Amino acid sequence: MNKADFPILQHVVYLDNAATTQKPKKVIDAIAHFYETSNANAHRGVYQLSMKASQLYDDARKTVADFIHADADEIIFTRNATESINLVAAAVFPLLKGKEIVLTVMEHHSNLIPWQQFAKKNGFTLQFIQMKPDFTLDYQDAEKKINDKTALVAFCQVSNALGTINDAEKIIALAKKHHALTLIDAAQSAPHMIVDVKKLDCDFLAFSGHKMLGPMGIGVLYGKKELLEKMQPYQFGGDMIKSVSLEHAEWNDLPMKFEAGTVNVADAVGLAEAIKYLEHIGMDVIEKKEKELLQYALQELKKIKTLKIYHAEKSSGIISFTMEKVHPHDIASLLDDERICIRAGHHCAMPLMHILGVPATARISFYIYNTREDVDMLVKALLHVEAMFHG
Amino acid sequence: MDNKDMYREHIIDSYKHPHNFGNLPHPTHACREFNPFCGDDITMQLVVKEGIIEKVTFNGKGCALSVAAASMLTDKIKGMNVEDIKKMSKEDILELLKIPIGPVRLKCALLSLETLHKALER
Ligand SMILES: Cc1ncc(COP(=O)(O)O)c(C=O)c1O
Repeated sequence: MNKADFPILQHVVYLDNAATTQKPKKVIDAIAHFYETSNANAHRGVYQLSMKASQLYDDARKTVADFIHADADEIIFTRNATESINLVAAAVFPLLKGKEIVLTVMEHHSNLIPWQQFAKKNGFTLQFIQMKPDFTLDYQDAEKKINDKTALVAFCQVSNALGTINDAEKIIALAKKHHALTLIDAAQSAPHMIVDVKKLDCDFLAFSGHKMLGPMGIGVLYGKKELLEKMQPYQFGGDMIKSVSLEHAEWNDLPMKFEAGTVNVADAVGLAEAIKYLEHIGMDVIEKKEKELLQYALQELKKIKTLKIYHAEKSSGIISFTMEKVHPHDIASLLDDERICIRAGHHCAMPLMHILGVPATARISFYIYNTREDVDMLVKALLHVEAMFHG
Repeated sequence: MDNKDMYREHIIDSYKHPHNFGNLPHPTHACREFNPFCGDDITMQLVVKEGIIEKVTFNGKGCALSVAAASMLTDKIKGMNVEDIKKMSKEDILELLKIPIGPVRLKCALLSLETLHKALER
């Protein structure tokens, strides 16, 4: 792996990987290659081209399934993590026992608002696992919030705003004790660490292709087969049926039951290529390399005295910070002049910003192609901003 | 366009030392507005007497652009006629700030004017 694999990185220092990642040439080429050589509607034609497209789509599903240690028919392709979570929120109701949904205060809006709507519609209440001052979840609070009233626990494995790695095993064990279902928002974990759904034993898991070198427009929902089988589809139309009369329809088998309409073969192919790229490096190597870079960045950023860093001990490659008396947006605008891309804002986690007591933070987030030189350039640019506002 | 142009000294000065920053004890008009994109949060308070702005303050949290704009805008409108203020637009703010602003950050620059207009509608 090197930066030269990523055409766009020749022009910028890209430190907003929690928002979306850049794409290697191989992924871009795989998508173009599909359109040039294999484009047809999957599962619909008996001609060779359509069979080729179907095969590529099925292969992509298998690649994704292997990546998280699932079976292929437990993998549903969606547009993104948000859609995956919405699918669960739309279809899970008949499986639930209990009247409470437990979330954490550090959820991305996409794992909060679907449940707010769900609760309103179905007369449920939401409970939130609180955060401790060290930016980790309060697991004592989790033990209180997860109880016999709990129907489902939905939580992020890694917080996109803080980088905190949550103890998924612990939360799932608590949920199981009370026969509650579990959904992991893996949008920030699947790209950066080994995620094994068998080992985790979660019921659902959601992530996005574009945050792991894949294209925009393809996401994944994993669900345990016995649960998905009991759930009703939430969108209706072509491909998701087995037989149709004018009055009735019989649903297709998994996973097609949940993939109504023409599927996104090109981006599934692109995602599979991205996963191959990641696996070629090794998820364990990626995790280790990111951890090293994170430590280096923390050490360097701590030298800037006006920075306040919101960071948990056990954390993924994300650092949220504020600079005394400088709005995060001003920081990001000024860094942009040095061709350094960082995020500033509430990171789709407004309730969390409220708890932190700030309207916004600046955030850097790493991926496989980031280097110590990137960090050095960042620090230099931040010192420049500091001089401008504090000088 | 270079962002540096947005951060000329007069903008940073206005941000560091904003005019009319604070609270009014008995405002006749007030409004609080947010810019969800930035997390900017601005409250405008006014005392209007016979159609004229007698006092005005603002407070809240914002980026350099939104605070500088609010500072300059509050300076400008003191003593002005409400009807004339209602006619103020984007161009008036850009004229006050005297810097080029890209489309994304324009929201920050215009937040105080929007807040002011909403306050006067009440
Ligand atoms: C933790 C987390 N969950 C969910 C999402 C939503 O991902 P998407 O916008 O790709 O659906 C994000 C993306 O920012 C995220 O960081």
